[in-house]
Amino acid sequence: MIRFLVKGLVRDRSRSVLPVIVVSLGVMLTIFLHAYITGFMGDTIEINARFSYGHVKVMTRAYALEMDQVPNDLAMTEAGEMLATLRDMYPEVEWSERIRFGGLIDVPDEHGETRAQGPAMGLGLDLLSPAPVEAERLNLAGSLVRGSLPGKPGEALISESFSQRLGVGPGDSFTFIGSSMFGGMVMHNFTVAGTLAFGVEAMDRGMVIAGIEDVRIALDMDDAAGEIVGFFPEGFYNERNAVRMSDSFNAVYKDDPDEFAPVMKSLSRQGTMGPYVELTRVWSWYITLVFIIAMSLVLWNAGLLGGLRRYGEIGIRLAMGEEKGHVYRTMIWESVFIGIVGSVIGTAFGLVIAYIIQVHGIDISGMMEGATLMMPDTIRTRITPMDYWIGFIPGLFSTVAGTMLAGIGIFKRDTARLFKELET
Amino acid sequence: MAILKCLLVVSASIAQDAGEILDRVDRNMYSDTKIVESSMTIHGRRSSRTLVSVTYSAGDEKAFTEYLSPPREAGTKMLKLENQLWIYSPSTDRVIQISGHMLRQSLMGSDLSYEDMMETSRLTGVYDAEVTGEEIVDGRQAWMLELTAREEGVTYQSRKVWIDKERFVPLREELFARGGQLLKRTELYDVKQIGDRWFPTRVIYRDMLRQGEGTEFKIESIEFDAGIPEHYFTRAALRQ
Repeated sequence: MIRFLVKGLVRDRSRSVLPVIVVSLGVMLTIFLHAYITGFMGDTIEINARFSYGHVKVMTRAYALEMDQVPNDLAMTEAGEMLATLRDMYPEVEWSERIRFGGLIDVPDEHGETRAQGPAMGLGLDLLSPAPVEAERLNLAGSLVRGSLPGKPGEALISESFSQRLGVGPGDSFTFIGSSMFGGMVMHNFTVAGTLAFGVEAMDRGMVIAGIEDVRIALDMDDAAGEIVGFFPEGFYNERNAVRMSDSFNAVYKDDPDEFAPVMKSLSRQGTMGPYVELTRVWSWYITLVFIIAMSLVLWNAGLLGGLRRYGEIGIRLAMGEEKGHVYRTMIWESVFIGIVGSVIGTAFGLVIAYIIQVHGIDISGMMEGATLMMPDTIRTRITPMDYWIGFIPGLFSTVAGTMLAGIGIFKRDTARLFKELET
Repeated sequence: MAILKCLLVVSASIAQDAGEILDRVDRNMYSDTKIVESSMTIHGRRSSRTLVSVTYSAGDEKAFTEYLSPPREAGTKMLKLENQLWIYSPSTDRVIQISGHMLRQSLMGSDLSYEDMMETSRLTGVYDAEVTGEEIVDGRQAWMLELTAREEGVTYQSRKVWIDKERFVPLREELFARGGQLLKRTELYDVKQIGDRWFPTRVIYRDMLRQGEGTEFKIESIEFDAGIPEHYFTRAALRQ
């Protein structure tokens, strides 16, 4: 019977082509939008994790309370010991010390007088160890526009647009003016090793990246670190694991009254990331749900129209003595075939479009000027395993559901009046 | 009518008294030149540290400070010429002018700001004063004066000052922003007679907007109207 039904669908294109196109379009849109939401929102979370929050972060309690102001006077002392403790407690997580700092960059002229000045935010990272994972994590080599990564103490990277604004390039010196861990004004000379384009407006405005040991010397932070960030080995943020880990860590120190006792915070418990993580999770499902409902309505409508169009045909089949249940079942089987074919085609097209945007991206840098949240300036989709099957929910199940709803009319038709109906 | 006249006379005499009090204070606190060796102990939330410095000043317009210790700060120099301030850092061999919002930053991590350095020590030139009461401060009879800036743009729009009635030195001071918010509190101790003037030799500054135990400024030695070579007040002196 299946072969018979398939033949019927293939030969009578009016019964198959339009429904397959409708299902394919719906499935394609569902997959594309799911990949888009996953890509855009996931990228934003990962960029913020890599540059600011980590998947989890350890700080002092006092620092955590004023984290947005980068209060290095409240930073962790004996950070090396804490780093060893964390590596011992959670060996599966990659831990790195960091110092965030803010200040002014002052560029001298040939007489040592101020030629240009600009506010900067800085990041002290492990850049000079034999295997600098932080450079790889932040894709510093890939973001390099001019020069090279720091190879010796005293060298720093600055963002390309910032370097152009200040008129400095690789090999030039600049003076950082900021506050020490003890609140006093500090000045420290750096040499530009290279310039970077991060593709993140908030960072490209004025970022300086230097080796953490240089930053420690500059800010008088011997064996201190503002924060120790942890990253899961899978490479992406896992809310459940992060919350579980931070709760277990904080339980160890819960009886310590010291305001400088360590505290661990998951990414979702830092800054404005909590609502964003929740939004990402909810939106992904919300979009999918909306499309399933929308597709159900569209296909139910298509099924109704198809049913109406085949009103005469079904009437003849019933008049010829075909059982109502059989007619109903064949219509459902036909919709299953259309759903499968439409879902396969739609999934294929959806994945192709998502892949193209995943590789090439859509440049939205013009819309990001003045943005404070670190967001990518190129939107990229991200294809996940879910995208291979999620299209079948609206594509197959909604099509079948629509046909089942439309086909109910068959059982309401009075066989005795069929000839009278067919005469008209 | 007689009562009203009497009140007017009394209030006029109090206003005059306030001006006279401030004038006597200025005569104690202000000098044409002075050389001060001092230590500044900054009590932070975690620890305390002490900076030793020597300052050469001429009136309110010129001041040159060199930090002598601790080693990290030694050699740092500051030069104030009227309303301009430069800082020299030996580790970078750079002279940077401190201006704009940088002036509001903490001076070497203390409860003082660079703006405080730029303040004039002669209150009579900047503020209108009014005696608002009397109080005993650290066992000394003191007038309470309320000072209001005559012009906008000064660091502290108003001040409350407690002045020793006998010695005419401030014993306590509260500094307010234009909106009335208390920004700093200063307590002055160890008032000593130096020549024909009284001078407090220990001051505790407290920035009310930050946590910490305040900054203790202690004068180790002070010389009034000393001869100071003019080249101290040049930018070239910063690098010497």
